[in-house]
Amino acid sequence: MKSTLLKTARELRAVWMLLIVSLILFIATPLFLTGPNLLNVLLATSVTALLAAGQTFVIIIGEIDLSVGAVLGISGAVTAITLQTQPLLIGLAVGLGVGALAGLINGVLVTFLRMPSFIATLGSTSVLAGLTLFITQGNPIRVANEGFLAIGQSRPLDVPMPVWIVLAVVVIFGVLLARTRFGRYVYATGDNAEASRLSGIKVYRVKILAFMISGILASIAGFILTARLGTAQPTAGTGLELAAIAAVIIGGTSLAGGRGALIGTFIGAILLGVIDNGLNLLNVSPFLQGVVKGFVILFAVFLDRNSDLMRGLWKMLGSLRPKRPATPSTPATPQEPELASRH
Amino acid sequence: MDTPLIELVGVKKSFGPVDVLKGIDFKAYAGKVTALVGDNGAGKSTLIKGLSGVQPFDEGTVRFDGHDVHIVNPKQASNLGIEVVYQDLALCENLDIVQNMFLGREEVAMGTLDEAAMEFAATKALQSLSVRTVKSVRQKVSSLSGGQRQTVAIGRTVLRNAKLVILDEPTAALGVAQTEQVLNLVRRLADNGIGVIIISHNLADVFQVADFISVLYLGGMVASLATADTNYNDVVGYITGTKSLEGAAS
Repeated sequence: MKSTLLKTARELRAVWMLLIVSLILFIATPLFLTGPNLLNVLLATSVTALLAAGQTFVIIIGEIDLSVGAVLGISGAVTAITLQTQPLLIGLAVGLGVGALAGLINGVLVTFLRMPSFIATLGSTSVLAGLTLFITQGNPIRVANEGFLAIGQSRPLDVPMPVWIVLAVVVIFGVLLARTRFGRYVYATGDNAEASRLSGIKVYRVKILAFMISGILASIAGFILTARLGTAQPTAGTGLELAAIAAVIIGGTSLAGGRGALIGTFIGAILLGVIDNGLNLLNVSPFLQGVVKGFVILFAVFLDRNSDLMRGLWKMLGSLRPKRPATPSTPATPQEPELASRH
Repeated sequence: MDTPLIELVGVKKSFGPVDVLKGIDFKAYAGKVTALVGDNGAGKSTLIKGLSGVQPFDEGTVRFDGHDVHIVNPKQASNLGIEVVYQDLALCENLDIVQNMFLGREEVAMGTLDEAAMEFAATKALQSLSVRTVKSVRQKVSSLSGGQRQTVAIGRTVLRNAKLVILDEPTAALGVAQTEQVLNLVRRLADNGIGVIIISHNLADVFQVADFISVLYLGGMVASLATADTNYNDVVGYITGTKSLEGAAS
């Protein structure tokens, strides 16, 4: 029971932060809590949310994927080029194929070639970003395919298409992570790869699949960005991996691996979007916005690394409150100190 | 005595020029606890790794349940019904007891995990060992004590319908009360008809729980004794090499 509560608290942290930030913005400006503005936040968040969803799988297995921004860029460019001569479905298939292949290569580098994922994906970022510049010759590529543009610009039921796509991804991949064998192996691998191997799990396959999911979701993000702009930019996606990783960590997923949830990542991405949106509504200088977001990320990592410290503070606050005699404080079980020291 | 559950005849294993097992004969019976003792470097771990398929033997015959088998990987050993409880237990701390017991062989209904069925089966497996030390099967392993973790690891072998369970130093890191619990668990495992091989440096534990004691000395099997027919000093003699070879043929 105790451990479920703690886990929930961990995932709820992003919700609390989101509620507090939203409350501040609600008080500060009447423009924030309006339907169109909230949909704008979700739309603006959609690309980061997709990158972060894939990143969640990779971080839970205990690795990191720095190449998602570059995968987004090259998928967008390759799809735009393909669509100049081919129909929609072939364009999408090629784009997804590029993302899956990039993920496969990252996964093979990390498993069979034993490279640390940080360096391996840093390398593939450089390769992919360079390839994107080469195939576009540094020029934006215009897309005229109406069906493709609808991915970014149509509004079924008055909700932007990218928001629908993100919701579908969160549900489908959330179930994959929380309710299937593969998802269970993702958590097991992230906590103890050796134990997983001894239990008969093909750890290399789990890791490669996690990187491929990250690559595929990055290419879907590439579709959305390209379709919204109507052109594939040669430098699209640059730096977005950092926002994605930030969303994952704010969402309560541990950088050490083994712990986290997709819904937390989704909320983390929205939180970053709300902060962006709020700073715009409040006319904060764009030059300062990065500073504010940086502090939020640092605060989230601080909470991640010092959860026992925070729990101690919380207990101290609790003991300051007057206690009702009817509910005696629960006696400390012997396991409690052990539990606290593990995080 | 009826046929052994597992029988090794003339088993050899060497690493480069070093002969670690120099023609070992060994037997273990269903429903009995066989202790494997010996000093560091005597070849206990190598023998276990051969049985579990992690490092297959070079030469010799392995008979399991009366049939000649050639175990070349862990999966095959597991399919035969040989399960190893490793010293570091091989558990995932971020998962709960049920999730750990079913790790690698989860039950699935309609494409998603069948948590209710797994919780039921795990509870039943622990009950069959009369485990009362865990409060909830949904506790995370990170919150369990060493003895409780050992319980989960042993319970997992029951769940997998193991016929032969090999325990590598199950009491090494435990306190007195927890050691007692684990030894009781080992006894019940054998009482359920499972063959148990236990590796231990602690002779008090060995004499308490084992039916047979096999002693390895520098890669050779120097004694295979029924616990009732021997005593502490003799076994220490075999382990340290001051006594040799009598009874090894039995």
